[in-house]
Amino acid sequence: MDRPHRGTAGPARAGGAPVTANLAATAESQTGTIVEARDLVKSFGETPALRGASLAVRRGEIVAVMGPSGSGKSTLLHCLAGILVPQEGQVWFGGQRLDTLSDDRRSALRRDRFGFVFQSGQLVPELTAEENVALPLLLSGTRRGPAIAAARKWFGTLGLDGLERRRSGELSGGQSQRVSLARGLVADPELLFADEPTGSLDSVSGELVMDLLTAAAREHGTTVVLVTHDARVAAYADREVVVRDGKVGTLTGARP
Amino acid sequence: MSVPLTLLGLLERGPSHGYDLKRDYDAYFGRGRPLRYSQVYATLSRLARDGKAVAGPVEQGSGPERRRYVITEAGVADVERWLAEPAPPEPDLQSELFAKVVLAMMLGHPASGYLDIQRAAHLQRMRELTDLKQRGDPLDVLLADHMLYRLEADLRWIDHTAARLDLLARAVRP
Repeated sequence: MDRPHRGTAGPARAGGAPVTANLAATAESQTGTIVEARDLVKSFGETPALRGASLAVRRGEIVAVMGPSGSGKSTLLHCLAGILVPQEGQVWFGGQRLDTLSDDRRSALRRDRFGFVFQSGQLVPELTAEENVALPLLLSGTRRGPAIAAARKWFGTLGLDGLERRRSGELSGGQSQRVSLARGLVADPELLFADEPTGSLDSVSGELVMDLLTAAAREHGTTVVLVTHDARVAAYADREVVVRDGKVGTLTGARP
Repeated sequence: MSVPLTLLGLLERGPSHGYDLKRDYDAYFGRGRPLRYSQVYATLSRLARDGKAVAGPVEQGSGPERRRYVITEAGVADVERWLAEPAPPEPDLQSELFAKVVLAMMLGHPASGYLDIQRAAHLQRMRELTDLKQRGDPLDVLLADHMLYRLEADLRWIDHTAARLDLLARAVRP
């Protein structure tokens, strides 16, 4: 499978937003916003995590979401990604209301249009590295042969040549995380969500993962929402926002 | 760190003698490096000459010269401007960061706003250094890494301080 290279102002992918979202999609293309949280409120039991959090991310942008532990930054990422549904507020993706979709529709969206990288690679231990990378394609119905072929293309790009048949137990932390990154990118997602992608790595391995993540995202025009508490990781982003007490701070910095 | 602006900031709390300003400066900001009296009085004279403070008449009494100094509106404006602008995000600015945060809390200003401004300036500089690393030669990378780690240490201090402002404010407010 050839991977389409999508510029930041490139056309929407085939099978994109449904017809009902046409008007909103037009608004999205005018503002350049791909995903937006509007006044999100989310509590876990009695514990509030988000208290009116708002964030708009432009297509092709790499945004770092920072904040102290318990500030709500991961909850914000999970709401933007449709993993969690807020109790109040709205989430929009590509001109489409995401938080009101059914569980199945949100699952399909996550599978087909989003990619994910988590702190500890969360690879499936029974699968080889290339099968782990191919997993999103296999789950969305791509046949095994083309899926594995597409997965293998990432091994050279991410400095993983020769590790295709290894299982996660035979990979170092840095290698596992690069496999996880390949898995997040293999289906050419419009949006990549990365939650502390270097959190379990030493500084050199973490830097390599961030170099590769940002280079791949910029080359393919992938929008990235990156949760991190590490300022050196955030410095790879175009812009950072700070979440405190469940709200997104108004003062943000941006790459000139 | 700017000694004149720090003294001016202390003066914004209320009229003070040079002796009291030196005592408070040493207590809050000196940290083993107290100001000399001559430096305090020379600085106060310059501030008065430049219209940032007004010196009252010499008061009767024994010991060193006793004049009460009062900050002017121009002096207040200087302090506000200084507190609101981020320090250049270079290594070794911890004393200025420290002075600004303590003064902001002492004067009842929103220190969190100052910390946010400084935080944004630091991250901006870290982005520039990260860009430099991606296109620089190995020596550039080595130097950029050194600065990045120093700036990161400042940022961690900024975040830690931001989380404890209420506690700190109680310690420095009269």
